[in-house]
Amino acid sequence: MTEPQRLLDGLPDAHRDGLLALARDREFPADSRLFDEGGPADRFWLIRSGEVALDLYVPGRRPPVVETVGPGQLLGWSWLFPPYRWHLGARTLGPVTAREFPAAEVRALCEAVPELGHELAVRCAAVIAERLQATRLRLLDLYAPDGGDRS
Amino acid sequence: MSAVPVPYRVASARPETADSVSLELVAQDAPLPGFSPGQFAMVYAFGVGEVPISVSAIDGATVTFTVRSVGAVSAALGRLGPGSPVGLRGPFGTGWNLTGTADADVLVVAGGIGLAPLRPVVHRLLGPAGRLSVLVGTRTPADLLYPDEVAAWGGTARVEVTVDRPDREWSGSVGVVTALLDRVEPGPGTAALVCGPEVMMRRTADALLARGVPADRIQLSLERNMRCGTGHCGHCQLGPLLLCRDGPVVDCAVSRQLLSVREL
Amino acid sequence: MAVDGGSPGPPDGSGVIGTDGLAALVEILQARGFTVVGPTVRDGAIVLDELASAEQLPYGWGVELEAGSYRLRERADRAAFANAAGPHSWKTYLHPARVRQWQADRSTGRLSVETDEPAPHRYAFLGVRPCDLRAIAVQDRVLLGGQHRDPVYQGRRTGAFLVSVECTEPGGTCFCVSMGTGPAAGPGYDLVLTEVADPGDHRFWIRSGSPEGAEILARLPLRPADPQTVDAAREGVASAADRMGRSMPEVDLHRLMAGTLDAPRWDEVAERCLTCGNCTMVCPTCFCTTTQDVTDLTGDHAERWRLWDSCFDLDHSYLHGGPVRASAPSRYRQWLTHKLGTWWDQFGSSGCVGCGRCIVWCPVAIDITEEAAALNDWAGRRDARSGGEQP
Repeated sequence: MTEPQRLLDGLPDAHRDGLLALARDREFPADSRLFDEGGPADRFWLIRSGEVALDLYVPGRRPPVVETVGPGQLLGWSWLFPPYRWHLGARTLGPVTAREFPAAEVRALCEAVPELGHELAVRCAAVIAERLQATRLRLLDLYAPDGGDRS
Repeated sequence: MSAVPVPYRVASARPETADSVSLELVAQDAPLPGFSPGQFAMVYAFGVGEVPISVSAIDGATVTFTVRSVGAVSAALGRLGPGSPVGLRGPFGTGWNLTGTADADVLVVAGGIGLAPLRPVVHRLLGPAGRLSVLVGTRTPADLLYPDEVAAWGGTARVEVTVDRPDREWSGSVGVVTALLDRVEPGPGTAALVCGPEVMMRRTADALLARGVPADRIQLSLERNMRCGTGHCGHCQLGPLLLCRDGPVVDCAVSRQLLSVREL
Repeated sequence: MAVDGGSPGPPDGSGVIGTDGLAALVEILQARGFTVVGPTVRDGAIVLDELASAEQLPYGWGVELEAGSYRLRERADRAAFANAAGPHSWKTYLHPARVRQWQADRSTGRLSVETDEPAPHRYAFLGVRPCDLRAIAVQDRVLLGGQHRDPVYQGRRTGAFLVSVECTEPGGTCFCVSMGTGPAAGPGYDLVLTEVADPGDHRFWIRSGSPEGAEILARLPLRPADPQTVDAAREGVASAADRMGRSMPEVDLHRLMAGTLDAPRWDEVAERCLTCGNCTMVCPTCFCTTTQDVTDLTGDHAERWRLWDSCFDLDHSYLHGGPVRASAPSRYRQWLTHKLGTWWDQFGSSGCVGCGRCIVWCPVAIDITEEAAALNDWAGRRDARSGGEQP
């Protein structure tokens, strides 16, 4: 398997093909900004190679990185629901190749084919849940000397 | 006699992070039997007490233990310098089972201080294993153990490091170590060796099981309170296991269910 | 006073002795350098202590045993061994509550570690019940049967001379029959006695179980083992087997313990359990210990002491800032599932010998046979609901 497929795994062929028809392959150089926090969430990507850092705008600081997204992973889910605005910013760490999907067309396709819309919503929710779980674990600070237990 | 500490001496004490030190030990007289990766010793700080620590490097009769300061004994060990006497009992426990790893797809997943018990097995596998991947999760870049070595392993193995919290200079991955699994694609043919906080090991084990890695090919290094190290004090029980004797390395087929019983 | 050099015993290693023979046995053992330990009355109970003579045995004393209750009572006869379940067991001597493991010194700059010389004397245990005989075998397996041997236990166990006494008077809390450990003695004794306390002819049927036992038997004032005595002795033991006060449910306890980890019964028993650990102190197989490191004022001399510990203690499962088993239900569950269940996985046998001491000496009268039965009932109902047995 050479493609990052997890979002598309198990979709009926017609739905999968319909989605992939909307996508195009992109290459991004190192250290390029893909989007900024607050900007319009008009695209999303399945990363094939390279890594993307998600950051937050904090005045007076270089934007701190809260998470990185790598090969096989979905970049961007803010396009799925209003107000369709990015919650974080994104910057490539090294060169990145990805499949890019246009958000508005994908939403239109989901309206036209409700089963696909449902499938995609559930899969994106699963990704968001996994990110949330991971974030909660990091909050626990389990690697800290006391295992994160502060009395 | 395994109940009595054997005198060793600190050959070198190397600070690794803000709260951990690697003590390289040589025997004062006759050394203990040889250690295997994954085994542990009861390390005695004179007059203070003993703690169980997995061996983090093996070089003939010289053994290294990476000690993290979390209590009176480990803090005392962390303050030792070259020439200081240390008592050692061991080697105890089961080591990493390397049967079937030659020419195989081996995945090492380390969380935090969990990299220390895995380091000697990486030393053994760099070469013989068919495809070796090492995934390391740590709190911050400053908490990464053995950074130069980890970087050097990248020459022979696939190495990925991620942090929970980056600093300004960090330009690598940020996130939990299980998020790195997508990059190495473990599957039914993988042998996995995992060590870190228990929550991290459970999550990693479940993620590996979900990807089809057989339960008996996922090894975890478990930890419980240990006093004797010889199977006589009863403290290190985890259900049917005495971890000083049946562990600390236990495979998931045996241990995964035990880890999900609250307060077992 | 016949000591050594009594008439040679019959070649088959058995005979009958009277109470004078029992006295002679103690004297012979002492003359050979044994420290004789046996039951004696003290502080309202039958405890184990070093015996100066056989007169200190609890002749004529019995006990009334119930959950949470132990009372001495005077018997109508002069039987010495018609009692059970005192608060001590032989582990007090074989696996002592407090012992120094080693001493270390660094005053010269070099670390040196020394163990104490093992005590030169040998113990002779007089009055080892069949349940306790099995308990010694269970502890042998734990402390000597693994890759590492405990040197303290080994030093005391090797050379210990065991005089077992079969039970003819079970207590209300005994359940050796259902655990397969009594009331007849199993293997492991040097000598075994069965008491026949007829007034006017208070005697014991005595048999040897080892070469040293046979050798000492030959020096006692023996009469041949007559059929009446042997029958009376056997009858006493057989009738004891029918008068057990309790029994474990007749199920695979190992499986039951593994299959009931989430039973609500653990919460119920924990409402009564004080986690005082009495059960672990009186249990003849409990072996948990902890260590204590001490130094002198100069800091150059250190010692490690080993002390009895209990899985009910919060520190027992301490890990990274707190106990793994913090709640009372989890600690009671640990004790019972280990004793009846995971002991099999760890040491190839049950940890329970049916002596009933934990039932007697529990201040709130928790009865493990009742707990096991309750768990078995719950498991049965759960399995019936789910339409079949759980794996």
